[in-house]
Amino acid sequence: MSLLRPTGDGLSVKRSLALAAPLAVLLAVIPQLVDAYMTQLLTYGLIFGIAALGFNLLLGYTGLLSFGHSAYFGLGAYTAAFMVKYLGVGSMELYILGGIAVTAVVTAAFGYVCVGYTRIFFGILTLALSQVLWTLAYKFFWVTGGTDGIRVAYGKMTLLAGLVDFTGPGSYQRFIGAYYYYTLVLFALCVVLMWVIVHSPFGKALQAIRDNETRARFLGIGVRKYRLIAFLISGLFAGLAGTLWVPLNGLVTPDIVYWPFSGEIVFMTVLGGFRTFSGPIIGAIVFNFLKTYAVASTAYWQAALGIVLVILVMALPAGIVGGLKQVAGAWRARGRGDGAP
Amino acid sequence: MDILAVQFLNSIFYASILFLIAAGLSLIYGVMRIVNLAHGAFYALGAYVTAWTIGHAVASVHFSILFLLLPVGAVAVAAVGALIEPLLLRPLYGRPEEYLLLVTFGLLLILEDAMHFLFGGMPLTAGAIMDSLGSFPVLGLRYPVYNVLVIAIGAVAAALLWAFVYRTRFGVMLRATSQDRRMASALGLDVRRVYVQAFALGCFIAGLGGAIVVPSQAAVLGMGIDALILAFVVVVIGGLGSLEGALIGALLVSFVRTAGIQFFPEIELAVLYLIAAAVLLVRPTGMFGKA
Repeated sequence: MSLLRPTGDGLSVKRSLALAAPLAVLLAVIPQLVDAYMTQLLTYGLIFGIAALGFNLLLGYTGLLSFGHSAYFGLGAYTAAFMVKYLGVGSMELYILGGIAVTAVVTAAFGYVCVGYTRIFFGILTLALSQVLWTLAYKFFWVTGGTDGIRVAYGKMTLLAGLVDFTGPGSYQRFIGAYYYYTLVLFALCVVLMWVIVHSPFGKALQAIRDNETRARFLGIGVRKYRLIAFLISGLFAGLAGTLWVPLNGLVTPDIVYWPFSGEIVFMTVLGGFRTFSGPIIGAIVFNFLKTYAVASTAYWQAALGIVLVILVMALPAGIVGGLKQVAGAWRARGRGDGAP
Repeated sequence: MDILAVQFLNSIFYASILFLIAAGLSLIYGVMRIVNLAHGAFYALGAYVTAWTIGHAVASVHFSILFLLLPVGAVAVAAVGALIEPLLLRPLYGRPEEYLLLVTFGLLLILEDAMHFLFGGMPLTAGAIMDSLGSFPVLGLRYPVYNVLVIAIGAVAAALLWAFVYRTRFGVMLRATSQDRRMASALGLDVRRVYVQAFALGCFIAGLGGAIVVPSQAAVLGMGIDALILAFVVVVIGGLGSLEGALIGALLVSFVRTAGIQFFPEIELAVLYLIAAAVLLVRPTGMFGKA
């Protein structure tokens, strides 16, 4: 059961692939089986999955709880929206490049400031810095549209350097279908990239820092530098997710930079299980469905999510994936026990 | 000049409220090492309960009775806090602090909606109290008497809180627990009781902040989330766990905010966060905090 556990050995590559391949096939055929709305929800889930995956490089692998990841998500989102509004750019690839560039610069600056601290000070510092960006998005309404936000219409946008556009009849269905696969490919690339990162010597060093900073330092690991690189990668994943989110949502508002959204990213990650590689992805997809149905079925969806979070922390602190692993582990141990003479 | 005098009074008014919220946040962190994300919701709850009570009583009782009803919100919030600590927080003390933070985030979501459910989506006010006191002239402008009363309550609360923490037996127990929980426990202190009391006290003063602000500002949904962030800025500047820090931080934040609204409204909030970030960089434990 250690195939997705970050402490995998040489075998784990094959076993991870064996598990990931059927999942990839499943994700690829799902839009053929469900309606456009479902596909859209799943696209949101994959996008949040990218953000949570990046977030977990800090929380799960480096041991730093950021309460400001809304900032990097928002940077990616607002960069794309600005490119639409002020530069008239219509190419998704250019949004992504622009989003990554802007997110990289700001994340590097914020990270440089934050990585000197750990524990609650790190959390508060990331929170404070993210709220600086929120106030800018909120107050400079003549640039950002304030609480009205900036509209980004999918009809004016093209994928794959102009090869795919969405005009004419049925464009919405075509957009949802094409955008799902577009997101899925980027999502798969992100998963592979993150998998390689956490299994590389660099990823192992991060885990050493998480487990014992002093020892890691004595082993010659440049703790600050490693944390900064992890912070940068983490922010870039969130920024990419933000850029991808914009055309799907059609609108960017300051809410996406406000600190409760950072809380939601933490929520997703813990829901899936932050001690596992796949936990944040599962958590993001489940959270998105959970939130959508809660919002649709009750005016008190916040309370419903809050109750889920409290129960989760109380009863299932390892998250969905972590909990399943424990169950599978116990089941296997019992099976072995029965078979023993 | 006259505007300056009124703005000065406004700053002290905001500082009183902000101090009450931040002091509770700081107290809970200092004793229990919990960063309580639901603290703003406690402040909002105090405001709602008081506004609701006064709204229902205003037609039937004399207005002097209304003043006695002001602290109802604070008492209600303290009771809620005394229930929450043993039920939701105590089971998690052995776990990493991330879990406590998450539970308070869940609590924030639940409380926000509970208030929506109980008090509806419309703003609630207790304006009758404010109107009954009228206003007085300040250098040619008029200023509500009630706001001065809030300033007085804030000052008295600060003094009482200080005396409570530094001059009473319970205060000694609080400080002992905050400095070394295990040693305090080994010396025979009932740490569990101290935790409940500290949490309820922190909730009480946050609720009091809400209760006394509501005659001059309506209780609205979301007020807690906004207040929490400002209280965070206050405790980061003053130092998590320090009462003096909360006082100085509240004054600083209020004056910067008032000046900001007057002179640089676009970046008023951004300046506050940047000050907080700068303080954290120079002194991670804040101006008065200890590591």
